[in-house]
Amino acid sequence: MQCEKCHSKAVITLQHGSLCKSHFISYFEEKVFKTINKFHLIDRKDKICIAASGGKDSLTVLYLTKKYLDHYQIPSDHLFALCVDEGIANYRQHTIVDLKEFCATHEIPLKVVTSQEEFGAPLDEAYPKINKDTKKKPCNVCGVFRRYILNKYARQEGATKVITGHNLDDEAQAIMMNLFKANTTLAGRLGPISGIHEQDGFVQRVKPLYMCSEKEVRLYTILKGFKIDYTECPYSQLGFRHKVQVMLNDFEKDFRGTKQGIIKSYLAMLPLLKQQDQETNDTIKSCETCQEPSNKIICNACEMKEVLTQ
Amino acid sequence: MNVFNEKNRTNSTLEFNGSVEQLLQHLNINSETVLVTRNNEILTEDELLSNDDTIEILSVVSGG
Repeated sequence: MQCEKCHSKAVITLQHGSLCKSHFISYFEEKVFKTINKFHLIDRKDKICIAASGGKDSLTVLYLTKKYLDHYQIPSDHLFALCVDEGIANYRQHTIVDLKEFCATHEIPLKVVTSQEEFGAPLDEAYPKINKDTKKKPCNVCGVFRRYILNKYARQEGATKVITGHNLDDEAQAIMMNLFKANTTLAGRLGPISGIHEQDGFVQRVKPLYMCSEKEVRLYTILKGFKIDYTECPYSQLGFRHKVQVMLNDFEKDFRGTKQGIIKSYLAMLPLLKQQDQETNDTIKSCETCQEPSNKIICNACEMKEVLTQ
Repeated sequence: MNVFNEKNRTNSTLEFNGSVEQLLQHLNINSETVLVTRNNEILTEDELLSNDDTIEILSVVSGG
């Protein structure tokens, strides 16, 4: 297969044709920059916290955010990385090693917060206790821990935006999961900019890799020579997301463009979903216990902390 | 052919001549979920493989 632009050897075949290494890298970086500009994900005055794990998505978004700031001459002292160490044995400690090395090489300050210090237990110990009372799956518990720590520590460090490495596959899965579970309220909170309202205490989350497939992201990391240790989370196959992920990849293989179609349809509906959510949820609360943003009187994180202290 | 599969960290040897696409079909792997390399060079699905090759199948699906 040859590159459609220069006829040298292709590394990937996309919907619109095949690309070689250098044309793919240009295409990918331009797509990320266009996403940032189109959806106004970064403002010159922002202090940016990047949610980083050391996996392919977070290293890519770290690298390209720094490149974006340099390109537009935005001071890169506006940038830092925040890593949540959930406490999953034989998993996160591997990716954190890569993350620390990457941040040191690219001179990006890094802060690591553990579930142990915030919740009093690593996920491996917390999950069975919480599951016993609530039947929540490990990914549900982990998601609550991560979102809570990210928002709290990003705000404490003065961040005005949290950048996440969510890619097109992650988003297409989340859209379908909400659809299957009739979560129309949550559906309006996805998109390149998470959330609905400006809300005290909530640091807006944005997704520069929104239009990039998982395959494109991995290819980019290989071609750029990023050091990534592929380690699968031992809990990942237990979740609902995994089933949806397998289903969408099967569809994508047989019907190319399925995931992009889901994203495009969703973006067309997003203004209506946000409007509906604003009309029905006009009073967003803060948690009575921790004062973090919450749509309930006691937030999910505090409910879990309560279970863990029993 | 020597095949390293990153997802389950296994090495295997098999008799195979054909394209990358045919190899993935043979191994029952969805091509959407992997990238295939030979000598650290990315291969597209039409690339022909031979018995002498050493192949790596890299997972693109997030580990967590």
